[in-house]
Amino acid sequence: MARIDPDNRGLRLTVRYTVLTLIAIIFVFPLIFMVMSSLKPDHQLLTDTSSLRAFLPVGDISVNNYFDAFKRAPVAMFVFNSVLVTGVTVLLSLLVCSLTAFSFVFLRWRGRDLVLAIILATLIVPFETIAIPLLLLSSKLPWIGLHGLTWGWLNSYRVQIVPFIADGLTIFLFVQYFKDLPGELIEAARVEGASWGQIYRRVVMPLSGPVLATAAILKFLAMYNQYLWPLMVVQEEGYRPVMVGLQYFFQLNPAWGEIMAYLSLITIPVLTFYLFLQRAFIASIASTGVKG
Amino acid sequence: MPMPSGSKLTQSNAAGWAFALPGFALMVLFIIVPFVFAIVLSFTNQRLVSPNPTEFVGWSNYQQLLGVGMLTLEPEKDASGAIIRDADGQPTYPRVRTYTRNNPDYPGLKGMRELTSWQSGQNRTYILASDVVFLRAIINTFIFVLVVAPVQGGLALGLALLINQKLRGINIYRAIYFMPVVVSIVVVSLLWRFIYDGNSGLLNNMLGALSFGAFKPVNWLGNPHTALGAIIAMSIWQAVGFHMVIWLSGLQTISPTLYEAAAIEGSTKWQTFRYVTWPGLRNTAVLVLIVITMQAFALFAQIDVMTKGGPLDSTQTIVFQAVQRGYGKQDISGGSAISVILFLIVLTISLVQRYLTREKT
Repeated sequence: MARIDPDNRGLRLTVRYTVLTLIAIIFVFPLIFMVMSSLKPDHQLLTDTSSLRAFLPVGDISVNNYFDAFKRAPVAMFVFNSVLVTGVTVLLSLLVCSLTAFSFVFLRWRGRDLVLAIILATLIVPFETIAIPLLLLSSKLPWIGLHGLTWGWLNSYRVQIVPFIADGLTIFLFVQYFKDLPGELIEAARVEGASWGQIYRRVVMPLSGPVLATAAILKFLAMYNQYLWPLMVVQEEGYRPVMVGLQYFFQLNPAWGEIMAYLSLITIPVLTFYLFLQRAFIASIASTGVKG
Repeated sequence: MPMPSGSKLTQSNAAGWAFALPGFALMVLFIIVPFVFAIVLSFTNQRLVSPNPTEFVGWSNYQQLLGVGMLTLEPEKDASGAIIRDADGQPTYPRVRTYTRNNPDYPGLKGMRELTSWQSGQNRTYILASDVVFLRAIINTFIFVLVVAPVQGGLALGLALLINQKLRGINIYRAIYFMPVVVSIVVVSLLWRFIYDGNSGLLNNMLGALSFGAFKPVNWLGNPHTALGAIIAMSIWQAVGFHMVIWLSGLQTISPTLYEAAAIEGSTKWQTFRYVTWPGLRNTAVLVLIVITMQAFALFAQIDVMTKGGPLDSTQTIVFQAVQRGYGKQDISGGSAISVILFLIVLTISLVQRYLTREKT
């Protein structure tokens, strides 16, 4: 590389950046189109698709589509439902999965290896293959709540939360991380007479920032973007998440401006979140690739 | 996966189970029980809501889904033995349904319909199936996987190599390429419905502009020849960044000294890739292949949002069929049987992939 003269090097750099930028355009153009279209009235939105105007904030620009979207559907409720379901699932998942992984790595108990093997085996069962029987099961499960004992979980928050708290991938991520923690720390705490609960809370958890971030991001993406499951188990409007709420915009004549506004509304917060925590997002995907 | 040796840990059954139980119990209830349910229910006539008691029906759900037959027909001949030809001069054949409807000579073909047929000499051979739509779904899903796995894996590797260069601002490009991964596939599918639109779609307009109007607009999702291809292209666009990142983490595990050694030896770029980079990516390649395959077999949301399996069943998929039956028609047993078939396919393929890519000692 050292022998390349400066002019040639400049040319090479230009070529490289041009290639990188052209590819970048392929990845962002639909998203730019979405946001720009959400600001335009329907008739302009459709005519603009015939030129580069489709990607520019030109013409009759307003946020009317957003107001109309809120009028057409209970958008705020869908967002609330999604945030609630996603938030609660992520928190419970971090707690339950880290406890399970803690037990596998730091404690010795009868049946441990078998239980771990079973949990890892579930990694090759795609959710789609259990969705149908899980639907039947959920329609028959008992629940004790404000109305006493009731049967059937359909149309509720719990049916969207509880089945997704524990999963093989999250447990696996915690196990991998805990194995690399210095064992002397735990031993020292044991010698000082700390209980397992104290070790979990005061020693292991404070050291687990990176894996908590990884697991939280992966769970967040999976839960917020869920579609198949809420589509099947939630018919009542009051419990619908944002992805299923989309159906409100496809009655007879789709109002494309409103659809683009709704899509932008449910996507931009996630994209912003991603752009701020970009390194953490990418690191969490990368860590699923590091198999033990 | 080796666990730390137990020497420094004392046996603590109660605490161990107490910590592991919440997670394990939830997984048993919501993954393992439904999984066992799927197998059991697939041998019954269970429906989501039914007044009749559930009965065991043996293999009949599977026979109904997977039953195939073959029929070879001779051309119809008149009294003198000459072949009867139609207006175009083509030989005519007896109607297939005379064999599949209440024909006591062909009990095995009862209720079947034509999946495909071809000419062999004078005769015509028909492949019949008792569930034509489901077999189409299996074929489409395999086409999807066979295209997506190599193309997406290869493109992702290309992008990873591109992004692994030491250039100012390269992280911005990495962030952009990864962006579609965080966007819901439902949102992406809706956006691309607009891009693929036959009238005012962006793709038609762009191709028209690039070819100075020579390109004739195509209704990408409305044409049985292009619909599946359009969904494949979009799916790759959405997910390729995910696998780029996995390749990238594999690339970064390769020791820089190997590259330095290759440079000193004066190896070309291709030689460096072939003898340094690629061997170092072995494990990553196996992982990427298995993950893409598993994700591809689960193809559902794109179909539900974009085509609902049409046009002419050209985008039916296994999971879409499972949901249509299990949920749409409330036929839990049929949906379960499809789920079991899907699981067996995924299991077989990942075992084969693992075997083919095993470490040779």
